[in-house]
Amino acid sequence: MNQLFSYIKTFALWELLKGLSVTQRNWFRKSVTLEYPEEKTPQSHRFRGLHALRRYPNGEERCIACKLCEAVCPALAITIESGVGDDGTRRTSRYDIDLFKCIYCGFCEEACPVDAIVETRIHEYHMEAPGENIMTKDKLLAIGEKYDAMISADKAADAKYR
Amino acid sequence: MPDFVTNMIDASVAWWLALPGVVQYLGTTLFKILIVTVAVILCVAFSTYFERKVIGSMQARVGPNRVGPWGLLQPFADVFKLLFKEVIVPSQSSKFIFIIAPLLSLTPALAAWAVIPMNNWFVIADINAGLLYVLALTSVGVYGVILAGWATNSKYALLGAMRSAAQIVAYEIAMGFALVGVLMAAGSLNIGEIVTAQAGGFSQWFLWPLLPLFVVYWIAGVAETNRAPFDVAEGESEIVAGFHVEYSGVAFALFFLAEYANMILISTLTAVFFLGGWASPLEGLAIFEPYHDLTAIGWFFGGGFPWLFIKMAFFMYVFFWLRATFPRYRYDQIMRLGWKVFIPVTIVWIAVEGAMAWFHFGPWSNLGA
Repeated sequence: MNQLFSYIKTFALWELLKGLSVTQRNWFRKSVTLEYPEEKTPQSHRFRGLHALRRYPNGEERCIACKLCEAVCPALAITIESGVGDDGTRRTSRYDIDLFKCIYCGFCEEACPVDAIVETRIHEYHMEAPGENIMTKDKLLAIGEKYDAMISADKAADAKYR
Repeated sequence: MPDFVTNMIDASVAWWLALPGVVQYLGTTLFKILIVTVAVILCVAFSTYFERKVIGSMQARVGPNRVGPWGLLQPFADVFKLLFKEVIVPSQSSKFIFIIAPLLSLTPALAAWAVIPMNNWFVIADINAGLLYVLALTSVGVYGVILAGWATNSKYALLGAMRSAAQIVAYEIAMGFALVGVLMAAGSLNIGEIVTAQAGGFSQWFLWPLLPLFVVYWIAGVAETNRAPFDVAEGESEIVAGFHVEYSGVAFALFFLAEYANMILISTLTAVFFLGGWASPLEGLAIFEPYHDLTAIGWFFGGGFPWLFIKMAFFMYVFFWLRATFPRYRYDQIMRLGWKVFIPVTIVWIAVEGAMAWFHFGPWSNLGA
């Protein structure tokens, strides 16, 4: 008897119709697509995007060339050379991040004792010529100045968890 | 209307009527062919858009929506991209056959439209053996695929062509038997007469007395066009793209056009053979009789081309629905289904149909009259 029923079920295409009903139900479901350039997903203040070097409010560079970020970097993307700054303190004479090597893990940011290197929320950037993937100290400081308000707000929002 | 326009129209009408009968016949036929071909090609263009939208919706995506309003110009963008691409002919291929293979696959797909009645008067060739003609042409289409696979001189293309050939041979038989049922029910091979045999509304369509044949015909049609879930001829996970691996540019576009033209053809044929073609489902209801001759909405009650189009569009939707739902069949399962399930089912149902019609039983009572 069971065999007869399964035979009838097969010829009525029961399983196939069940499958078709699933796709048909989904047809009525609202699409979940975000149409990217116009719509964007919400971003965390901990988002790890393009890097920046920060300054103190009085304009002094935060970075003291301790090289902790260089040491912790798992991708060996950071290259630092240290020297003596204009005011006689220890400063970096070279601070390069290779964006092709960087894996955006955020370890440099965590390792930094003075919150100098940070990863901003900027995630839409591109390179047009070979060599542009190397972020030099000047470029990093420029980003830090330009997006200072955003970086400070993100740091303040995250302060109580650190 | 200004005088000179009326004069020009009168003059051209007079010129046309003065032509010999043969020329007039050729002229009107060529014009009809032009209309049908352009309409089919436009349908192909928009069915690619329709397919992407339907499958997108079923996967909770939006589908193409960038080119033109709601992405409606997407098919044209695709066509122009393909037209501007280079046709690469493999150096080890048989070049002549490689180039004509896409044409061989497109031509039958378009030629089969000659016998399909669009409404009660528009048909390019009203021939008596229309059903045989359609059956012959849908089978000839596979030569393009086989020759493409053979001429390419690539193992993937050859495997795809072999699979396609075996599959089409297997399903052609079931399809033929399903059509024997239709032929018995209508008592004619003329497709126009097959449609008129189904006159009288929803309940008179061959769908009901021939339900198993309808299902077999539809599934065999999906298999014939090498569409999912029977698309092993181009199964990309195993043989890259099957028979059209090495085709690019316009040559590929022609294969694409042929595939979709065949899909539209199968959809239309299913509508014609089992769903009453251009007949309206409301035809049999006496309360709508007075509205049959209204110009704007008469087709809704009395039948006409829009009903054929609606039925065709529904079957195209089912094509895409199947593609969005089912995984690809395993090759031996396709063969088993074709030879060991469909052929026995059709033969049994032809016998059942014959017996029922002989004894005038139930819905079969007035078949083959």
